[in-house]
Amino acid sequence: MGMLGWLHRRGLEMKGLITMDDLTNEDILSILDDAARLLPVARGETYLPLLEGKILGNLFFEPSTRTRMSFETAMKRLGGDVVNLGDVKTSSVVKGETLFDTIQMVDGYTDIIAMRHPRQGAARYAQDAARVPILNGGDGAGHHPTQTMLDLFTILQSHGTLEGLSVVLAGDLRYGRTVHSLSHALVRFGCKLILASPELLRMPAEIIEDLREHGADVLETEDLLGNINDADVVYMTRIQKERFADEDEYTKVAGAYKLHARDVANVKAEMIIMHPLPRVDEIHPSVDSTRHARYFEQAFNGVVARMALLCRLLNIEVPAEIQGGEA
Amino acid sequence: MADEHNMRRVTAIRNGTVIDHIPSGQSLKVLELLNIARDTSVPVSLVMNVPSKKMGSKDIVKVEDRELTQTELDRLALVAPDSSIAIIRAYTVAEKLEVNLGKEVRNVVQCTFSNCITQNLREPLPHRLRVTSTDPLTLRCHYCQRPQDLDELIHNLL
Repeated sequence: MGMLGWLHRRGLEMKGLITMDDLTNEDILSILDDAARLLPVARGETYLPLLEGKILGNLFFEPSTRTRMSFETAMKRLGGDVVNLGDVKTSSVVKGETLFDTIQMVDGYTDIIAMRHPRQGAARYAQDAARVPILNGGDGAGHHPTQTMLDLFTILQSHGTLEGLSVVLAGDLRYGRTVHSLSHALVRFGCKLILASPELLRMPAEIIEDLREHGADVLETEDLLGNINDADVVYMTRIQKERFADEDEYTKVAGAYKLHARDVANVKAEMIIMHPLPRVDEIHPSVDSTRHARYFEQAFNGVVARMALLCRLLNIEVPAEIQGGEA
Repeated sequence: MADEHNMRRVTAIRNGTVIDHIPSGQSLKVLELLNIARDTSVPVSLVMNVPSKKMGSKDIVKVEDRELTQTELDRLALVAPDSSIAIIRAYTVAEKLEVNLGKEVRNVVQCTFSNCITQNLREPLPHRLRVTSTDPLTLRCHYCQRPQDLDELIHNLL
């Protein structure tokens, strides 16, 4: 049998999560609903070994702290196990192994794969090469849909809805994959987007085009602080020094995309500030103690959102009632 | 008639393929696309920038002693989607073919985005570009989803 026939036989029926387009709005809401019920399990208050006997392959070809650890925690809280690629520098990847071959190997060892790769499109490529579902944990400047699920969970937790909110996405919108996936999802729920970034780091034109095709209300601006008072969500991202030609330029530009407690004096009471972390100095520590800060809860929500995703992609139903769970 | 006159700029071929109605100046790209430029075994005639009633001006390519296949010709849609193709046998038109890009261009060109996973040519899965619109022609990589720059794409033939 030829290679393609072999791939075909192994079947591609079990789709993973590569971009948010792989999920309908109903899928999103039902996974977030599962996530809410799993909160006591994520906190370690209840042990629920739904994924006992299942193995997650963590394939991080690029450094990751939160995403890798939260996948691992999610799997272990549900009684499952994890195998890691380990350090790329000492793995077969440095010997020149193709992604295709690496995936063939890990596909045989595991039931589901979470991956991050420096090249864009790597997750889709891996999904085409694999039998098991792939969870895209970031591909180059492409997508990061599991982050989007935890972001949506955090927004839903605070506002009780995803519909029709006014959301400011700020900072590096060009290379920031978290905002690429998130913006797609938000417009599907009818959110208004204000994209605040330096000219150099604007959202890629093809993404803006896609958003407008969905009928989205999108405003591009360089002004962050002038746009936060009417917002329901302000989503900050880190601007990296290496994107700029020199440090003076960076200092000049990045300064306009920082939040201090005094900046949020006149915002809506229920407005929330989010950040995918790690932050450098785009959110001043003075903001941490305001009622608006949500970034640490957001990071915790990575566990519960990924628990719900792992169950969904492994076809494991999350019980309607979980002991110690929220109603 | 202008068209007949154009056809006579080069002699009629006995057997082979005539590709007509190529947008002016695109015939060199057509040769490149069909790998004809690298095949030195067959005579090729090229007519550039001749008047055309239908297009204002056009290019024509005649390839002798070779009948191009539909799959080969479908590549033409990347630069000459409205070209007309005739298979010639014994000086007469034996078959007329149309180019058809379909919904996806598979293993013809490599994605133009420098950080796409398919940049590693050792990766074995097919190069796949999705046709997102035909007029104007727009393509996106199946893997990285980046829109393709058509002028650049022509240099990425596989």
